Amino acid sequence: MSAAAPALADAGARPDGAAPGAPAGGGPRRAVRPRRDTVESTVGSRVLVTGVLVLTSVYFLLPLWWLLVAATKDAGHTFAGSPLWFSHFDLFGNIADLFAYKGGIFALWLGNAGLYSIVGAGVGTLVAAATGYAVAKYEFPGRRTLFAVVLGAVLVPKVLFTLPLFLMFSQVGIVNTYLAVLLPSIVSPFGVYLARIFAASSVPDEVIEAARLDGANEGRIFFRVSLRMMSPALVTIFLFQFVEIWNNFLLPSQVLIDEQLKPVTVGLVSWNALVQSGQIERHMVLVGAFVAVVPLIVAFLSLQRFWRSGLATGAVK
Amino acid sequence: MTSVTSSTPVLTPAGRRDSRAARRAPGRPRTARYALWFVAPFVVLFVGVYVAPICYAIYQSLFRIERDPLGLTPPTEVLDPLFNYAAVLQDAAFVASLGRVLLFGAVQVPLMLGFALALALLIDSASARGKGFFRLASFAPYAVPTVVSALMWSFLYSPTNSPINRLLEPAGITVDFLGADLTLWSVANVVTWGWTGYNMIIIYAALQGIPGEVLEAARLDGASPWRTAWHVKVPLVRPAILLTAVFSIIGSAQLYNEPFVLSSSTGTIGPQYTPLMAAQSSITAANYPYAAAQSVVLALGVAVLSVLFFRLTSRRSS
Repeated sequence: MSAAAPALADAGARPDGAAPGAPAGGGPRRAVRPRRDTVESTVGSRVLVTGVLVLTSVYFLLPLWWLLVAATKDAGHTFAGSPLWFSHFDLFGNIADLFAYKGGIFALWLGNAGLYSIVGAGVGTLVAAATGYAVAKYEFPGRRTLFAVVLGAVLVPKVLFTLPLFLMFSQVGIVNTYLAVLLPSIVSPFGVYLARIFAASSVPDEVIEAARLDGANEGRIFFRVSLRMMSPALVTIFLFQFVEIWNNFLLPSQVLIDEQLKPVTVGLVSWNALVQSGQIERHMVLVGAFVAVVPLIVAFLSLQRFWRSGLATGAVK
Repeated sequence: MTSVTSSTPVLTPAGRRDSRAARRAPGRPRTARYALWFVAPFVVLFVGVYVAPICYAIYQSLFRIERDPLGLTPPTEVLDPLFNYAAVLQDAAFVASLGRVLLFGAVQVPLMLGFALALALLIDSASARGKGFFRLASFAPYAVPTVVSALMWSFLYSPTNSPINRLLEPAGITVDFLGADLTLWSVANVVTWGWTGYNMIIIYAALQGIPGEVLEAARLDGASPWRTAWHVKVPLVRPAILLTAVFSIIGSAQLYNEPFVLSSSTGTIGPQYTPLMAAQSSITAANYPYAAAQSVVLALGVAVLSVLFFRLTSRRSS
């Protein structure tokens, strides 16, 4: 696993992996380069390339389009009419049914998912920011070891430890509580990794020294000065962690028993398992799946700039 | 609070000007102490949810459950270090699940990454129009939770009323997506659909990082766009491709959500379809030491595979 470290660690060395939204000039921006678009392209290649790209986006978007269309059809007609066009429109009736089913459990599941994601990602971002900041800006014993372990953990999926974690949690007796989902969700090695890069590139040492000379203590400097300078980056870290927790399935399905505590992914799958035995309408699962996707798609579209710069900085530079 | 404030200005004015040197200088115990406060929450949690479970799994895996054949006394756990590991390696269903996931990874990962690389190169090429839209379109599936995308595909694959088959009807084709022959590849399609855009974005960002001068030089040398893509761009984004490869290999090893969700719609996905599902079913059977041993074997397998992959790829580059 050591060989991945250089690929990842290179990231820190490149100052132009600046935080999203950071003012240009945070690093030696590459000299003005010739725009690729000025390179001549023939009409033929343009048509070919665009044609292929259109086909691939059909592959990516058509299933989602189908989901949208199917979710608007009324319960008895899920598969009626064209699979790709509206008929028997009853989206609002479907959504009302979904939220009324079994005393509104679906709304509770959405709320739980929101709670796990917002609290987990919020606390997790703060913890990651503090750690990344310390690794970037302080010299302390074990600094290198800590960062090496973080890099290693980025490469070792949490999921592999979900089962042992469950066994351990049942020994400690926190299975089937909010904590059982929140505690593991808070820890994000990738967040620490990103935070280190962002702290190194967006918080100048001079600012910290100046604050020290003004008599501010280290904690105050972190909360009042550094955290603010890192804030665009923190949004990126928050966003990634939010999505990861929202999407998580194995951990919550393992450590939660109560229906009341489940997040929406686990709830939906438990419904889906009841379809075969006829205990729930297939249509209900479909509408639920559609509703569960909407918040994330909206978040992604409106916060594009953050995830793009995060991926670019985190994985490549 | 006062003591804290008074102890902070450790830098002399000279140190301020040369802060970099000062920061690297050894022996700044005061700031080191603060740093420990900053990292403490992470370290504590990390030990709690990463390190401890691994240790606990290894410890648990060393025990054998002894059941009273008549069921008169509750089962007891006996220390027998190799018992579970021997059983895991002789467990035909578990070994089969390992093989299945290996086959899955060997086919799906290259296909998906080839697809992602081609997409990134096309979007990066001078001939592409509407780059923003195409980037977004391929990335959209990443915003869909894997469980939900698996649910959605389970409808699309439905043996009775698959919308895909409805669309193929005029051509006289019916595909049995969840039949014995196709199931694994139908799962592969769900994974590919969800993750191609993610990998594409990583590779695309690396392509964007190639200095314009390099491409200009290639153009002046008379290289065609295809040659430039293959001989200049691809070698330069190799680190990004390797990174996506490692993430994808690890992802295949932990394959769980997609087959688990699809298993409700088909009999071709059993409860031990993937290693993680197998470990999960041991938990359901309350055989915790065995589940722990399965987890350890899987984690070791992932580690060995990652190291092998790095060895192979770094040898070729040197």
